[in-house]
Amino acid sequence: MPDLCTTGERLFKELDQYIDSIGAEPDKLISVLQKAQELFGYLSSEVQQHIAEALGIPVSQVYGVVTFYNFFSTKPKGKVQIKVCLGTACYVKGGDRVLERFLEELGTKPEEPTKDGQFSIHAVRCLGACSMAPVVLVGEKDFYGRVKPDMVPRIIDKYKEVKVQ
Amino acid sequence: MKPMLVIVSVDSNSVLLGAKHFVNYLKELIGKYNLQDTVDILETGTMGVYTQGVMMAVFPDDIYYSVRSVADIEKIVTEHLLKGRPVLSLEIPKDKLKLVVEKEKIITETRIVLRNVGSIDPRNIDEYIARDGYFALNKVLSQMKPQQVLEYVKASGLRGRGGAGFPTGLKWEFTAKVQADQKYVVCNADEGEPGTFKDRLIMEGDPHSVIEAMIICGYAVGATKGYIYIRGEYYGSVENIQKAIKDAYEYGFLGKDIMGSGFNFDLTVRLGAGAYICGEETALLESIEGKSGRPRLKPPYPPTNGLFGKPTVINNVETFANVPPIILKGPDWFKSFGTAGSPGTKVYSLVGNVVRRGIVEVPMGTTVRDLIYRFGGGLVGGKDLYMIQTGGTAGTFIGTDKLDVPLDYDSFKNYGVSIGSGVILAMSDDICPVDVALNTMQFFAHESCGKCTPCREGTRLAVQILERMSRGQGKLEDLDTLKQIAYVTQEASLCGLGQSINVPLLSIVENFEKDFVEHINASSCPHNVCRFIKIQKSKTKV
Repeated sequence: MPDLCTTGERLFKELDQYIDSIGAEPDKLISVLQKAQELFGYLSSEVQQHIAEALGIPVSQVYGVVTFYNFFSTKPKGKVQIKVCLGTACYVKGGDRVLERFLEELGTKPEEPTKDGQFSIHAVRCLGACSMAPVVLVGEKDFYGRVKPDMVPRIIDKYKEVKVQ
Repeated sequence: MKPMLVIVSVDSNSVLLGAKHFVNYLKELIGKYNLQDTVDILETGTMGVYTQGVMMAVFPDDIYYSVRSVADIEKIVTEHLLKGRPVLSLEIPKDKLKLVVEKEKIITETRIVLRNVGSIDPRNIDEYIARDGYFALNKVLSQMKPQQVLEYVKASGLRGRGGAGFPTGLKWEFTAKVQADQKYVVCNADEGEPGTFKDRLIMEGDPHSVIEAMIICGYAVGATKGYIYIRGEYYGSVENIQKAIKDAYEYGFLGKDIMGSGFNFDLTVRLGAGAYICGEETALLESIEGKSGRPRLKPPYPPTNGLFGKPTVINNVETFANVPPIILKGPDWFKSFGTAGSPGTKVYSLVGNVVRRGIVEVPMGTTVRDLIYRFGGGLVGGKDLYMIQTGGTAGTFIGTDKLDVPLDYDSFKNYGVSIGSGVILAMSDDICPVDVALNTMQFFAHESCGKCTPCREGTRLAVQILERMSRGQGKLEDLDTLKQIAYVTQEASLCGLGQSINVPLLSIVENFEKDFVEHINASSCPHNVCRFIKIQKSKTKV
């Protein structure tokens, strides 16, 4: 089992390689942050500092961008992130009831990871699959359409064992 | 070519229903029954119709199936493909399929933007070329001067399909007239308007049409670099667009000296990071530059001072997809569709409580009634229509009295019904206007970027008032305050987001004033949706 320090170093190295491959220019900031979030799972102040130095811009600017966009997070999220759509089309089809059920089943609050760190539930606005409303997105690619609150426990069960996203 | 062809929809909405899984299983079975030499499988974009299952069509028999499980696939393979007997229990009757069947399509749907979606393999550039793909680019580069291209687009009367309806040709001309060492073409594919998913299906189903149009635009205005800014959540679109760009480079449609004309054009994909405001053009430019997506002060406008301060054309995905046919068939052909003020077609997303949710392309000027009842198949369970939101979250809420308004870019001015990004969200009477208004304003409060005060504070105030009202604690004065908020945010906000808040807010308060007043006077929600505080108290015991 690799110890944490070397894992961290490896991730930073991988991030640097990515920055080199696309060019270290300020307009690449969002692409770099996307990559960093993919690697680290969230953007700690250490990671933000590192990116600021690599691109030659102030940390305040990096922090500004990180907190502006929904996609970026400065706190750890659950290993499995469940996004429940509350866009208008999903809302009128009962997206809010699906969200409630998820929170109830997992005993947690929106955006906060469960105690074991396995799940976090996020309310989002429109995933662009409105004909399938209400929609739930697990991780980055697993879509569930026409979700009814009763389907929630089954969806959760599927991901209880997932180790890394 | 093999004697039989099976077409399967693998757009993102079908993937939700297991389309990818079905295709794999289909391939497996075809191998198992040794049908490799007889049956071809084509994965394509949306067929424009959503049933309860994944759309699958078998040719030359011209039979359409709705597939819901692997057992259905098994039936189709063993019965239809192997023995030639169509599986009647899974077949979708032709009369229910008016949107899909080719002959009838001419009567009901008019496909310009979606001409290839659902008919070709979007990941195969040869199939696009076989359907006159890149012919428009060839015509432009070999026979036309940039000025002529501008004249064509101007004469066609094409207006921006992102929602504002600004004449596209005029926009291009502004950029063309400016002298600069570098100009840009940007495609706004940050489709974030709740209820809208048309751009996603265009990019997934026919990515080359957008790319071809951007190159043509670059030639017309003198730009050599382009960006497609796609929503980060749209994995399928990103994959297909990136594959298409790679192929276009290989075929020499992108890069240096395109088709031997001496014209150069490069195209890059940028991903959004989850901010509704980035659909606003100047916010989008800020985001491409790697900054927070806060809108710029206008003027100057992007055609003169856009990306990195250089002249920039920004158009919506659907706008671009209209360009190649206009170049090939001419402005007069394009003007033969739609209304005088808004020629051409519009792609609508039909969502909410309609029977057939999905996208449909019809001429401008089609009425809301036709969209909901003719194409959407009416309401689920035969319920009564109560409220419709047209145009997206920033669009208008209307009642059934406005069903016969023909939708185009002037219908908002003339009838108070906006076309926006083409959403038709039908709601039956089990929803509550106050609750929907609250959801809508929460959306804007969340997405307001906070740069200007009227939008930041106005949305928050509206949410507070509506929350109170949905708890049964509203006052009659609140209605005037809401109208005032709508007025102030529209007049004083910096960008399109704040300026458009008045559209949904004012239209829902004015068209459904009765419901709001009932919330204030009655002791419970007339639609049984909102939980009035009295009821909630008894519930908190649980």
